[in-house]
Amino acid sequence: MNRKYLKQAPYALLVVLLTILFVYPFWWMVVNSLNSSAEIFGVPKLLPTSWAFSNYHDIFTVQPFARHYLNTLAVAFVGTAGNVLLAALAGYAFARMRFPLRNAAFLLLLTALMMPIEVTIIPLFFQMQRWGALDTLVPLMLLPIFGSQGAFSTFMLRQFYVTVPNELEEAARIDGLNPLGIFLKIMLPIAVPVLSSVAILAFIAVWNTYLEPLVFISSLENFTLPLSLTNFNDTYGLPQWHLQLAATTLSILPIMVVYLLFQQKVSDAMVNTGLK
Amino acid sequence: MKQHSLKANHRRDAIIGWAFITPQMAGFVFFVLLPLISVFLYSVQEKNLLFGTSVFNGLENFRLLFADPLFSKSLVNTLIFSAGVVPLNLIFSLLLALYLGGGKMGTRFVRGIIFLPVVTSGVAWAIVWKYLLQGGDAGPINWFLSLVGIEGPNWLFEKGWAMASVIINRVMKNLGMNVLIFMGAVLNMPGDVIEAAHIDGAKRFTLFFKIKLPLLMPTVMMVAIVTIIGSMRVFDTIKLMTDGGPEGSTMVMVYYIYHQAFRMFDTGFASALAVVLFLIVLVLTALQWFSRKRISFYES
Repeated sequence: MNRKYLKQAPYALLVVLLTILFVYPFWWMVVNSLNSSAEIFGVPKLLPTSWAFSNYHDIFTVQPFARHYLNTLAVAFVGTAGNVLLAALAGYAFARMRFPLRNAAFLLLLTALMMPIEVTIIPLFFQMQRWGALDTLVPLMLLPIFGSQGAFSTFMLRQFYVTVPNELEEAARIDGLNPLGIFLKIMLPIAVPVLSSVAILAFIAVWNTYLEPLVFISSLENFTLPLSLTNFNDTYGLPQWHLQLAATTLSILPIMVVYLLFQQKVSDAMVNTGLK
Repeated sequence: MKQHSLKANHRRDAIIGWAFITPQMAGFVFFVLLPLISVFLYSVQEKNLLFGTSVFNGLENFRLLFADPLFSKSLVNTLIFSAGVVPLNLIFSLLLALYLGGGKMGTRFVRGIIFLPVVTSGVAWAIVWKYLLQGGDAGPINWFLSLVGIEGPNWLFEKGWAMASVIINRVMKNLGMNVLIFMGAVLNMPGDVIEAAHIDGAKRFTLFFKIKLPLLMPTVMMVAIVTIIGSMRVFDTIKLMTDGGPEGSTMVMVYYIYHQAFRMFDTGFASALAVVLFLIVLVLTALQWFSRKRISFYES
């Protein structure tokens, strides 16, 4: 009995160590988001000292944080919806339709998987300038629809549609559905598990995007959360630590909720991205 | 008559097929293909963002680039960063995957928590770690170190320590991803082979190096390349934690591209930098495809 527990000891120790390493930063962030600026440093606290819930009120007054939050939601929802819809259309066609240059077009699209945005960001900047889309949310909404995220979703959906049996389409055709009808009434509903996976991934990716808003956005009212978080300074340019931590906590909340609700789905889908 | 309708059918199929893929393909052209062609064109121009000038100047940007000590510095820093991130990430994620793969109690919990930073934004993760790594006795990390009698450095503001800090930050951020990939590979290892080795009396050490590691090698190769590519592209961690400093000791390639293009407005020169980054990623991706071909060869 004793030996059995002894054998478990190193494992238990490892679990405790990993928990501290990976949970403590988040814990520290939440605790100090409820502290005053002066209470943040020094002896680390396990619980907030002053329970300054006012921090969560003040972040909305020192800069248009609500606006930044809404901007991010808008970008994430439009980007995700567009990404999933266009990827489903293209993925379905690549998997099940016969048309000239199909394979060539698909291979070409796959090259987007490896294209780092850091390489194309300068031409994209000039293109947005020509389109008058600089300092708007438009490029932030469009980029996740296409680019590597779009190619990835298309790839995943094609892989799924290849496995769908022919009978489904034939039955629908006999019922007199046109190709768009077949897609909307049959092919979209049966792909919901894959669609939700790629949607979760696209949403997380858009929510966390930093370089694109940094390059494309200049006015305060068009900031998204990653820019907003780095902008908590007082009038003298000194960082307002407690507010920055409160804002950071609020900013990762939706992703954490999605992750905790769909843990298996999220991690499986992300592992698939890693394997692409 | 029949042939005519067949032809019409083909034509109809072609139109419908292309109608379905055109939105995606058009986006691809405007957001991937044309920008890629443009970055090559810009790299042979004297192009300034502020003045709006674009004049062809041949390979001048590349000549300047290879004579630029900051470029070689950024390249070396990127390689140092990769040389830190990749082995640490691979070793820890492989060991964790092997250790956790046995389906012990709490495995799900551990998988859950080490994956938290993967879904967290790099910005939030960097902000929190910037606090944790505050110098003197202000930061929590140094406070913990002082408990065991170590006087921690001013992590983000001392040469060497700054690079170590961003490396560790990055390893912790992405560790969970590779752990999960390796756990999948561990589960797919043929149980009978390992069982047989057990029966033959193979020690743990031998079992790992002679049996398990070779079986996992294709996955290790692929994960290694993906991790290298990822570390070549590092930006937000650097920008937010050290801003390239101190004294440029953490200035990596993407940071330098950003700096030259959007702070110095020298978009021609920055495009030449971007072309170099593209070629590096291209070679690595080619390696990845090659190694994947070998994996499928093993499987079949």
